[in-house]
Amino acid sequence: MHLYNLTLQSPTAICHAIVGNFSGTRQQEIIVSRGTRLELLRPDTQTGKISTVLANDVFGSIRSLAAFRLTGGTKDYAIVGSDSGRIVILEYDSKTSSFVKVHLETFGKSGARRIVPGQYLATDPKGRSVMISAMEKAKLVYILNRDAAANLTISSPLEAHKNNAIIHHIVGVDVGFENPMYAALEVDYTEADQDPTGEAFHNTEKMLTFYELDLGLNHVVRKWSEPTDPRANLLVQVPGGQLANSTRFEGPSGVLVCCEDHVIYRHMDAPQHRVPIPRRRHPLEEKDRGLIIVAAVMHKMKGAFFFLLQSEEGDLYKATIEHEDEEVKALKIKYFDTVPVASSLCILKSGFLFVASEFGNHHFYQFQKLGDDDNEPEWSSTDYDSFGMRDPSSPLPSVYFRPRPLDNLALADQLSSLDPIIDSKVLNVLPESDTPQIFAACGRGAKSTFRTLRHGLEIEQLSAPSPLPGIPNAVWTTKVKEDDPFHRYIVLSFVNGTLVLQISEDIEEVQETGFLSQEPTLAVQQIGDDALLQVHPRGIRHILADKRVNEWKVPQGRTIVRATTNKRQVVVALSSAELVYFELDLEGQLNEYQDRKALGSTVLALSIGEVAPGRQRTPYLAVGCEDQTVRIVSLDPDNTLEIISLQALTAPPSSICIAEMLDTSIDKSQPTMFVNIGLQNGVLLRTVLDPISGQLTDTRTRFLGTRPVKLIRMMVQGNPSILALSSRSWLNYTHQGLLHFSPLISEPWNHACGLAAEQCPEGLIGITGNLLKIFEVPRLGTKLMQTSMPLSYTPRKFVTHPSNHYFYMIEADHRVMGEDAAKAKISELTGKGKAIDQDMLELAPEEFGRPKAAAGTWASCIRIIDPIENKTVKVIELDNNEAAFSLAVVSFSARGSEQFLCVGTAASTLLAPRSCSSGYIRTYSFKENGTELELVHKTEVDDVPTAMIAFQGRLAAGVGKALRIYEIGKKKLLRKVENNTFGSAIVTLNTQGSRIIVGDMQESVVYAVYKAPENRLLIFADDSQPRWTTATVMVDYVTVAAGDKFGNIFVNRLDSKVSDQVDEDPTGAGILHEKSILMGSPHKTKLLAHYHVGDIVTGLHKISLVAGGREVLLYTCLHGTIGILVPFVSKEDVDFISTLEQHMRTERLSLVGRDHLAWRGYYVPVKATVDGDLCEMFARLPGPKQSSIAGELDRTVGEVLKKLEQLRVTASGF
Amino acid sequence: MSSELRYTANTQLEHLHARYTGTGHADTNIYEWATHQHRDMCASIVGHPPLTSYLAIADGESIGRIKFEMTERMLQPCGPPPAKDDD
Repeated sequence: MHLYNLTLQSPTAICHAIVGNFSGTRQQEIIVSRGTRLELLRPDTQTGKISTVLANDVFGSIRSLAAFRLTGGTKDYAIVGSDSGRIVILEYDSKTSSFVKVHLETFGKSGARRIVPGQYLATDPKGRSVMISAMEKAKLVYILNRDAAANLTISSPLEAHKNNAIIHHIVGVDVGFENPMYAALEVDYTEADQDPTGEAFHNTEKMLTFYELDLGLNHVVRKWSEPTDPRANLLVQVPGGQLANSTRFEGPSGVLVCCEDHVIYRHMDAPQHRVPIPRRRHPLEEKDRGLIIVAAVMHKMKGAFFFLLQSEEGDLYKATIEHEDEEVKALKIKYFDTVPVASSLCILKSGFLFVASEFGNHHFYQFQKLGDDDNEPEWSSTDYDSFGMRDPSSPLPSVYFRPRPLDNLALADQLSSLDPIIDSKVLNVLPESDTPQIFAACGRGAKSTFRTLRHGLEIEQLSAPSPLPGIPNAVWTTKVKEDDPFHRYIVLSFVNGTLVLQISEDIEEVQETGFLSQEPTLAVQQIGDDALLQVHPRGIRHILADKRVNEWKVPQGRTIVRATTNKRQVVVALSSAELVYFELDLEGQLNEYQDRKALGSTVLALSIGEVAPGRQRTPYLAVGCEDQTVRIVSLDPDNTLEIISLQALTAPPSSICIAEMLDTSIDKSQPTMFVNIGLQNGVLLRTVLDPISGQLTDTRTRFLGTRPVKLIRMMVQGNPSILALSSRSWLNYTHQGLLHFSPLISEPWNHACGLAAEQCPEGLIGITGNLLKIFEVPRLGTKLMQTSMPLSYTPRKFVTHPSNHYFYMIEADHRVMGEDAAKAKISELTGKGKAIDQDMLELAPEEFGRPKAAAGTWASCIRIIDPIENKTVKVIELDNNEAAFSLAVVSFSARGSEQFLCVGTAASTLLAPRSCSSGYIRTYSFKENGTELELVHKTEVDDVPTAMIAFQGRLAAGVGKALRIYEIGKKKLLRKVENNTFGSAIVTLNTQGSRIIVGDMQESVVYAVYKAPENRLLIFADDSQPRWTTATVMVDYVTVAAGDKFGNIFVNRLDSKVSDQVDEDPTGAGILHEKSILMGSPHKTKLLAHYHVGDIVTGLHKISLVAGGREVLLYTCLHGTIGILVPFVSKEDVDFISTLEQHMRTERLSLVGRDHLAWRGYYVPVKATVDGDLCEMFARLPGPKQSSIAGELDRTVGEVLKKLEQLRVTASGF
Repeated sequence: MSSELRYTANTQLEHLHARYTGTGHADTNIYEWATHQHRDMCASIVGHPPLTSYLAIADGESIGRIKFEMTERMLQPCGPPPAKDDD
């Protein structure tokens, strides 16, 4: 087995975000790290929308990201700390739209290790140096400068190591143009490691240390080190230094030390200021629980600055410092707004706040005001004795605020994010779809969603459908003058006439346009500077600007059957299989070419391309004939209407479209001329037309649908693109320099065309039956359309039902009180006479979250979902502090195969060490066609039931370390057989026949068999490696694919001889008495394939994504990655693609300098898996590189690209 | 003591031990070994974004809190060291 890995959806989580002028213009951009990818986002300050400019897989794990700008520069660079043991400085090159590695300096081993720097990055605010630090000990400082040619230079590293010191955070201190300084939060463990009494541990202090880089001596010194709060976690830079043109200080310099419950202002030898972090006055608040700041951002404006600090509840606080020169007078803090908890906050100069959420959609807010004059209480360090530092070891009294809906911020845009995908299913439930959908349980807490992902571009309907008098044959939109920005007319052709609609405020019918209305229309074109052209079966009408009409009439007895036009040329095909060619002369007269071309076969389709600017004509005409050929005919004056080349087809053509489109994989600099040929059997051929010779090369085919294909040229984002209509509609468009071909998620259209109007500059008209609708494609490049539905708690698992279409989902949240428990607590509090703030109880949890409760508190529910309607049918809340962990639909044979829903729950569960007061298996029966559940009984078990599956008319459940089979009884489930020799805890179960494949939490995948005659449950094979299994799927009876917690996917296979032997043993006595190997079971599975994805796999499915296509392994991952593993069908493919991969590896494409082979073999060497994402980067390589690699492979560049596309399309349809 | 001997006998090894925190030697006891293992594990969790997300979801905490608690835990992940024998 050899697999090809393809990512269908790259991770959507954002781990870090930085803002800066990366393209060197005034426009600020955001660079985000999506864990293993770098993306450049460009916010549009006019519309407040964010668009992705560039996305790049870095083939490494990004751990830190910082922006910096050299003194006096206008362009920001990005510094990336990763697991490559190297520091990388990236520059965004706006010309080629790519990241360029300016510097790549190696300093240590690869891997996210404890003492190899890369975890933290801090830059000097003046852009003179950068500090990169590890979790422990190691800190390196690089000096950044520019050379005589103004190129960025980097020095060799200076060490600022401190042995045995754990580093919590580092930040650059703003000291103006004095020597660069860095602050670090460090804890020294030397003493604690030596003292058996534990006293030294309790006395260990957290030190705030300032390191100074002496630029003169080229040396880093530890300047100052003082203990600070032992629960400090984050440092924030405070502006400092004098302004260049005045003696005024920008700020007091120093740092804000964010601690649990407090924020302290600190600078060397300066008085400290401390303020408490305001808390929510929630009746259910855990008073003992500290509150920490998880994200912070400082923003400088003209002559002022402020901080936004975000607590772990999502509340933003605005902190300000009052100062006189370098002396701080007061530190103030107040509540600002509540937004989702962020992994990074970015403030843009244009007044926007980008919140990269740690889970769920990312938000882009616009500042309405800065919270300067509202009624929010503000706390100042001057309110307390000695600025709050009289007794630093004891906390300040808690202060409270009331969260409220957004006041200072307004939501401008959202970036959809699947992160985290906790469980997924892939199946086709939608009645009108022929490909499966991906259902994903996403999100965390009250912001959780259930999402349906469909392959295709989302389209948005802009207006209500307008009914037409009949069913039109075709539709066009046209301008009136060449330089009009928008279309004026919509022309609809019917069987016996033509209707013209005018686009203004509204769409209405107009007369007197010069168009002939008694005849159907074959083509409409704005021709020349200001004329219009209508082709109808009896002739051609050339409508001049003054409404004069020049008409060309068809010779007697013949009609026009097909026509194609552009701004200067017209070609019509007559019923006598003749071609007539017209061209616009310099006076704007349409002249017929003296000869007509007889083809000998009825013309079914015609197309000419657009005239390139400054040209008189386009030189080629494509003609599709009934004899299943396409001919390329010259329109050049030298050999007008001569046939240049001919291509045979497999079916008669139905439509042809020549379009010049940019595809940088074929030609970097200019658009390529594509001839798209739609056939009557629904197949689309795409060939490249050689502009010199007129030959057709590089044919690629794609099946679009069951109806004859119709092709329409239109503009998308200013680039030509093609709309292809069959039983599904498709769009072929250029996005980020590459050509994409995606289905549109719409009802099938009979006709369509592009529409540019004031209200929708890039719209689409689609006609279904006699209804005209206007659409828009809002998100190009997003190939999966999402629909989402809110959930109440973090989803854990969901299952499908074998006979109805509903999904059954369990949700559970740790550290959250269930509804009943919360009500009980409230009534207890009111009983004690405490005043309850009702408003606080009514805060919407999806915005404000739920109050955190103590560990071991759970809220949980069972939900019935209708995936077709995308709505919740019913929710059953669990009481008694129970949380659901597993579920299965089981048809118990003892009850005549009646179906039951078994839900494994546990009460008061603690995660570490894993324990619960009691586990239960709840058995529900289905009522009302599955829309209702009725509790039949509840069976107590001794541990947490973490996995369940239906097994031979009974229930197989993994309860802690034990695998048990239960039969249904009257009052309880009855335990029939048990095997409790599993390693840690059972997390997944799969079954086929009498075999059960058990995924163990730490001990990989185990094969077990149930021997009915002796009622034995026996383990007969396991893995020789420990694995922290997260998801498994049986590929076949002997093979299993699984994902682990460290981001690997692997495939294990059992020897089929062993498999047969086990099946043939009726009692299992043979297995029972076999000798164990390596302290495990008697047989071991063999590793077939191994691959490091870089994201934790949470769902694995064996599915065919294309109707009639091969089965592939689809995986969904925690950070939102969706990918597939495709088995290769032939040895030649394996050889070819592996060789290509090897060549691609030597190109060193990783932006963080990680070795690709080492990255894909992070924990275990990569085995029998080819990285398709790397191979597909072949399309982005420069031309000479492409040719040299293709030469090594004995192929042409086109053949390599075709093979790559074919692998993607046949396996996934993407 | 034997450990002293070993270090003076092989200064290169001593240098390596000083440079690569966590490298074991013949006299590493179970406590030291486990402490290093746990510190490595905590650092690895903080260093891998998907792992912090994974723990944060399981525990119902924010990622920032998980990172903080993991880093805090690195100070003494396995409790105080065992009392030394005087002989």
